[in-house]
Amino acid sequence: MNILEVRELEKRFSSQLAVDKISFELGQGSIFGLLGPNGAGKTTLIRMITGIFYPDEGSILFEGRPFQPEKDILQIGYMPEERGLYKKMKIGEQAVYLAQLKGLGKQEATSKVKYWFDKFDMLSWWGKKVEDLSKGMGQKLQFVTTVLHEPKLIILDEPFSGLDPVNANLIKDEIYALARKGATIIFSTHRMEQVEEICDHIILVNKGQKILDGTVGEVKRQFKENLFRVGVEGAAGEDEPAAFEVVNRNEGDWVVKIKEGYRSNDVLEYFIRKGQLVYSFTEILPSLNEIFIQLVEGTPRARQFQTV
Amino acid sequence: MNKILLIMRREYLTRVRNRTFLLSTFLLPTVIILFIAGSVVISQQTKTRHRIAVLDANGYFKDYLKSDSSISFIFSPEIDSSNYAQKGATAVMIIPPLPEDKKTIYRLKYKQQLGLAGNADLQGRVDNAIVDHLIYEHTKVSRAQLDSLRLQSNIAELRSYEDNGTSVKESSQGLSFGIGYASGILIYLLTFIYGAMVMRGVMEEKTNRIAEVVVSSVKPFQLMMGKITGIGAVGLTQFLLWVILLVGLATVAQGFISPDTMKEVQQMQQASQVGDASSVARAGQAAQQLYKVQNALATANWGLIIFCFLFYFIGGYLFYSALFAAVGSAVNEDPQEAQSLMMPITLPVIFSFFIMTVAVQDPAGPLAVWASIIPFSSPIVMMARIPFGVPGTVPWWQLGLSMALLILGFVGTTWLAGKIYRTGILMYGKKPSWKTMWKWAFHS
Repeated sequence: MNILEVRELEKRFSSQLAVDKISFELGQGSIFGLLGPNGAGKTTLIRMITGIFYPDEGSILFEGRPFQPEKDILQIGYMPEERGLYKKMKIGEQAVYLAQLKGLGKQEATSKVKYWFDKFDMLSWWGKKVEDLSKGMGQKLQFVTTVLHEPKLIILDEPFSGLDPVNANLIKDEIYALARKGATIIFSTHRMEQVEEICDHIILVNKGQKILDGTVGEVKRQFKENLFRVGVEGAAGEDEPAAFEVVNRNEGDWVVKIKEGYRSNDVLEYFIRKGQLVYSFTEILPSLNEIFIQLVEGTPRARQFQTV
Repeated sequence: MNKILLIMRREYLTRVRNRTFLLSTFLLPTVIILFIAGSVVISQQTKTRHRIAVLDANGYFKDYLKSDSSISFIFSPEIDSSNYAQKGATAVMIIPPLPEDKKTIYRLKYKQQLGLAGNADLQGRVDNAIVDHLIYEHTKVSRAQLDSLRLQSNIAELRSYEDNGTSVKESSQGLSFGIGYASGILIYLLTFIYGAMVMRGVMEEKTNRIAEVVVSSVKPFQLMMGKITGIGAVGLTQFLLWVILLVGLATVAQGFISPDTMKEVQQMQQASQVGDASSVARAGQAAQQLYKVQNALATANWGLIIFCFLFYFIGGYLFYSALFAAVGSAVNEDPQEAQSLMMPITLPVIFSFFIMTVAVQDPAGPLAVWASIIPFSSPIVMMARIPFGVPGTVPWWQLGLSMALLILGFVGTTWLAGKIYRTGILMYGKKPSWKTMWKWAFHS
């Protein structure tokens, strides 16, 4: 069952169309990447899913029924990009308070906070104020407060910003663990290497519109340029191969582009026929970063003011 | 609803637990008392003593002009209108012969202004001197006789009663004035103090960037209401502590009054019930003072006044704090931005304060009546009128209408503020203009 379905969602601000007919679906337990340049409408989209904004058009289905913000936001954990905590409040009390706002009872909240603090080695910090914490510690606290109430849908906007690699790995492992336990995760970022590593499914948003939708593998295949890296022993012949053109060649390390109508086997066949030894053969898939830049580039970097 | 309570609890506890809460609770009354005492002391200390040389062509002013600590008169043949300053006088008054059948001008030359009050005082003394002199001229009653008659004539005392149709109630204009003025000032101050506290709280949430975290769990309106009610509860707590402090101090002060004085006061009270004021004349001065205070305090309708004070304090607070919250949500870190957006809110409050000072002098005048009904000014102005009597000075319909409008008013401002707040709390960047805020309120 899809935990979330977004249909033709539209939101406009006085004169700007922030989100323009975006639709997607989200299977339970998946890790979903929401990508897009700054100002693409990601935050607006997320704010509609978290019930902060009402959509102007379109509908949101949560667990198959129409989204009811009042009730359903208790099942959602949201860590916004612009995040913060009450600086003067003790961190233990603060975590309990935020959990209570998500509908947990005081005792339940306290025991859950203790469990997570223990897990992240933060128990001794319970009575400290947020202003005494390091940035990384603050981020961990923020993450704890987001997932504490065991939400079915977790939305993380740039969760790793400000974290060192050790702590980033800690959080990453927790994200995997939560997904394994059945939580669905929406992960919004512009750090493409993280997306490639973590996400099952991505959509790319630009200027309020969805311009890409699929699994990471699908997207990469969709944008592949039929480039292959071939490792060949021995000198090459001088004749022009019919199946491919050579993009780059450095001694025995070839990068070739297969021509229209040919397959990878045709490349191999060429070398084999020549009697040359092929010791490696891999397809070069574009990185998400390249796809992202290719798609977004050419459009103005910032969204132009438009009247509706 | 539950969530508003949670937020309210947090807002309340974080503030009440804070050391500055206790400090300000006890410091504010101390500061106010010191301020009043200080200004009284200073005004007495700095009162200039005027020494006025009199050049009298009539010859009788020497006997009739009365000197005291603020103005003293010098009669000396060596002083003229050019050398008075060297002779130690601050001014010289030249009185030409005053014929009885026409108005004559007399002149004052000064180096140092007497001021408005001083001028009126001087004129009064000269007029009295002329009257006393004329009485003597025409009836041969001497000034000494007149003075002793004046002393003896202090035999009647006015007490005013409010006519309620079926019953009459003793009233005290002075006390009504005092209560009206004090409640007006108090509501004025509290509106600002707690309104600003709401605004700062909202700004803090916005600049700390916790607002978005919280509004993903609760509605922005709930967050705003929780904050407003929480801080309002802090205000009520503080007010309660002040009342306890006041009652405590009064009890302690009563312990210092000698039992004899208390006895005299009791006797006077019993005597006055049968209409005999003679025991008042016999009693000691301390007892008289105390009796007057107690008697005056007993004339006020305390139950109604306290109820109305709480109503108008809460109503006025809710009315204005919602607007303060809206401003807090619209601005960014810069306190300067808040200043300029606060203007349209603070102006009516300050304006009501001035109307209040007029209303305590003329509680039934049209300005006072209208200002006490319109919700922008009613919390401050109505409290200045109520001590003068309900339903005498303030008819029931006015009180009822004023209360109903205030309730409607704060429902309205809260609704409006909620709309601005919802958008503003998540907007960063440029300071919005009033036009944009209007759009947030009515077009989103």
